[in-house]
Amino acid sequence: MQALEALGREAAALANGGRPVMAILSANEAEVGRQMQICNACRYCEGFCAVFPAMTRRLEFGKADVHYLANLCHNCGACLHACQYAPPHEFAVNVPQAMAKLRLDTYTDYAWPSALGRLYQRNGLTLSLASAFALVLFLLLALLARGTLFPGPLQGNFYAVFGHNLLGLMFGAVFGMAVLALAIGLARFWRGVSPATAAQDAPTPGLYRAASTEAVSDVLSLKYLGGGHGQGCNNADDAFTLWRRRFHHFTFYGFGLCFAATGLATLYHYLLDRHAPYALDSLPVLLGTAGGIGLLIGPVGLLWLNLQRDPAHGDVAQRPMDRGFIALLLLVSLSGLALLLWRDSGAMALLLALHLGVVMALFLTMPYGKFAHGIFRAAALLKNGIEKRQPNTLALPGD
Amino acid sequence: MKHANRVDVLVIGGGNAALCAALMAREAGASVLLLEAAPRAWRGGNSQHTRNLRCMHDAPQDVLIDAYPEEEYWQDLLKVTGGITNEELARLTIRASSTCRDWMRSHGVHFQPPLSGALHVARTNAFFMGGGKALVNAYFRSAEKLGVQVRYETPVVSVEMDGERFIAVHTAAGERITAKSCVLAAGGFESNLDWLRQAWGQNERGEWPADNFLIRGTRFNLGVLLKHMIAAGADTIGDPTQAHMVAIDARAPLYDGGICTRIDCVSLGVVVNREGVRFYDEGEDFWPKRYAIWGRLVAQQPGQVGYSIIDQKAIGRFMPPVFAGTKADTLDELARKLGLPEAAFVKTVQDYNAACQSGTFDHTALDDCATAGLLPAKTHWARPIDHAPFYGYALKPGITFTYLGLKVNAQAAVHFAGRPSPNLFVAGEMMAGNVLGKGYTAGVGMSIGTAFGRIAGTQAAIAARRIDHASA
Repeated sequence: MQALEALGREAAALANGGRPVMAILSANEAEVGRQMQICNACRYCEGFCAVFPAMTRRLEFGKADVHYLANLCHNCGACLHACQYAPPHEFAVNVPQAMAKLRLDTYTDYAWPSALGRLYQRNGLTLSLASAFALVLFLLLALLARGTLFPGPLQGNFYAVFGHNLLGLMFGAVFGMAVLALAIGLARFWRGVSPATAAQDAPTPGLYRAASTEAVSDVLSLKYLGGGHGQGCNNADDAFTLWRRRFHHFTFYGFGLCFAATGLATLYHYLLDRHAPYALDSLPVLLGTAGGIGLLIGPVGLLWLNLQRDPAHGDVAQRPMDRGFIALLLLVSLSGLALLLWRDSGAMALLLALHLGVVMALFLTMPYGKFAHGIFRAAALLKNGIEKRQPNTLALPGD
Repeated sequence: MKHANRVDVLVIGGGNAALCAALMAREAGASVLLLEAAPRAWRGGNSQHTRNLRCMHDAPQDVLIDAYPEEEYWQDLLKVTGGITNEELARLTIRASSTCRDWMRSHGVHFQPPLSGALHVARTNAFFMGGGKALVNAYFRSAEKLGVQVRYETPVVSVEMDGERFIAVHTAAGERITAKSCVLAAGGFESNLDWLRQAWGQNERGEWPADNFLIRGTRFNLGVLLKHMIAAGADTIGDPTQAHMVAIDARAPLYDGGICTRIDCVSLGVVVNREGVRFYDEGEDFWPKRYAIWGRLVAQQPGQVGYSIIDQKAIGRFMPPVFAGTKADTLDELARKLGLPEAAFVKTVQDYNAACQSGTFDHTALDDCATAGLLPAKTHWARPIDHAPFYGYALKPGITFTYLGLKVNAQAAVHFAGRPSPNLFVAGEMMAGNVLGKGYTAGVGMSIGTAFGRIAGTQAAIAARRIDHASA
């Protein structure tokens, strides 16, 4: 029905010589639009997160609006448990679920290259194939280099197994591709959600600065997993918990520290001509160890929470993607810490091949898996920061 | 007779008043069993649809701005009820509303500043973050944590008394549950369509008006216990046709349409009846001060239906309705689409348009845009309906809760022939009529439920202890 109306609007706009007002909506887009229409007439959940205040700035929910709102939603679950229209009510409002389904569509549709977008749809298979491929690749490379997977102790010298330049080239290329794919996907998303503010004047640089600062703070603090009252979001039931936020912090900052450790080691290598293995009290090892521990605690906690998660939250069909990504992160930290522990033993070459294999799998799947949620959400938060600083075109008598 | 498992306090109901009673009784040391008629997914009665609490305060308080002193609150109540209230109980409710929020917070209720579109009550009403269902969830969590036993899908059909003394309840499944004292907080009878039909009777047109009512809240407030108590001789208060009644979207579901089915554009246009004729001043006052009278106004019209008509100028100036309005490029077309008599409708709008005097439109103030020489007049926000497209919304009376209830004193005791029961108490919609004989003002239902729920719980715990002492 909504699709039909949209078609009518589009035809009318074309007939008037204008641009199409709204493209035809997919089923998931129309469902978010339907639910937002109900929420907009209720608004009880305004205090929980950014989605509902953003919704109140709108009367209609076109493609751009629902793509934006879907990615602004953190799937915290608060609005579902508080909803007087949630199933079994005939209005069947489940905002976190509708948003989650549409979010996956946006990842898929905005992915670059477009053909690879469908990897999101079969993400369990994607992750397992990428992992198998990368592991076999590094095991074979190790075999080729040393003729055996157990060349004996090598004093922790990784480059005795794989040449630094080979690793630099392989990871540089894969990481570069991942960054490029994510950047193009992000640009497409930004363009896609822009019509939602097209009516506004262009934001000033000052507004951009304030909005960016807020968005960065929202991301780094995971503000919207706080429930609006600071007691956290929902997981197993209507009780609030801060553990989702905390374990996500462990994961995010753990990942960040690991990345920093690798980046720093690269600088050491090329700029300072200091080569691995680094001492246990060197900065790259300290950063990597702290990050590895964070990346151990975080994913274990998130997996534990995920297993207890109310099935009504989000889209259960996406759990293979969520858990696959968590498992991959866990494998990265486990293999990395194991490599550190046994880097002077005869198992080093094998552990190194395993660690590099899972890291490679992570980078390969980065633009086509759960990792992307952070990129899209950060962009949605930035848009939110911009939009809320612009004048609201709707004026209600009570306000 | 042994009562090995007999609880101290039995609470009948699962909404705000019942939960307040259960929590207070438990905090006072009583063992508490709460019987909720609804399954877990529908628990909370009408409280799941609420959103705020009207609160007295003498100075700014967290989410509440300025002051809302007792006297002003009382005058507001006096005005909306037309004096059909009990000053002692009303003032008790008002004072309780100024001190209850810390207690509510201690049980997990979060407050927030007013929602968008509701800034007009920033001074008087404290909003629950997430609305009433979040409040109900918090209370149930707290109750279970404190050891209150909760049983869902356990409707109570009768109360066993020994004179004025409570003995036991009987459930629909035939179970007899005894307790030392009991709090009745099972809601009004608004979801009992037969009772509504009988109460409203037949009008001069031969219609049964209640047949066209929609129930904004829970389907579980059938008034079974209320009817039983009346038959058992409990003293009552209130008129069965009095209720919190709002004009809502005619397409709303029969039950549980809640807040989103309201139509907030009445004051921005005109409202006509089935004959295409206006019947009341749409611009009498700000909509939040008038929404509660339009349910009855529509109920008095033929077919119990009204049509709120606006033009393009009003779009974006009122809370977006849940269902899209009927849209047309001409007034004739709109009449056809709404099923209104074309000529009469167009004449009504033309007469109205011609009567609109030029003024400075300001929907945030009681402006000077009024009609001249029109009956009924539109006294504010009267602007010609002349800017296509035009929109129409069919309205029906939406009943929120009924006011017929049990007479109480300041201890929330149920009375029999003027004598208070020593151990049977009542709270919430089942007694709101003591304070609210007619009319409504936002958030007052929750104030009454919270005040009397807490009193009833405390009194029930005291009564249970008294019985312990008596039998010791």
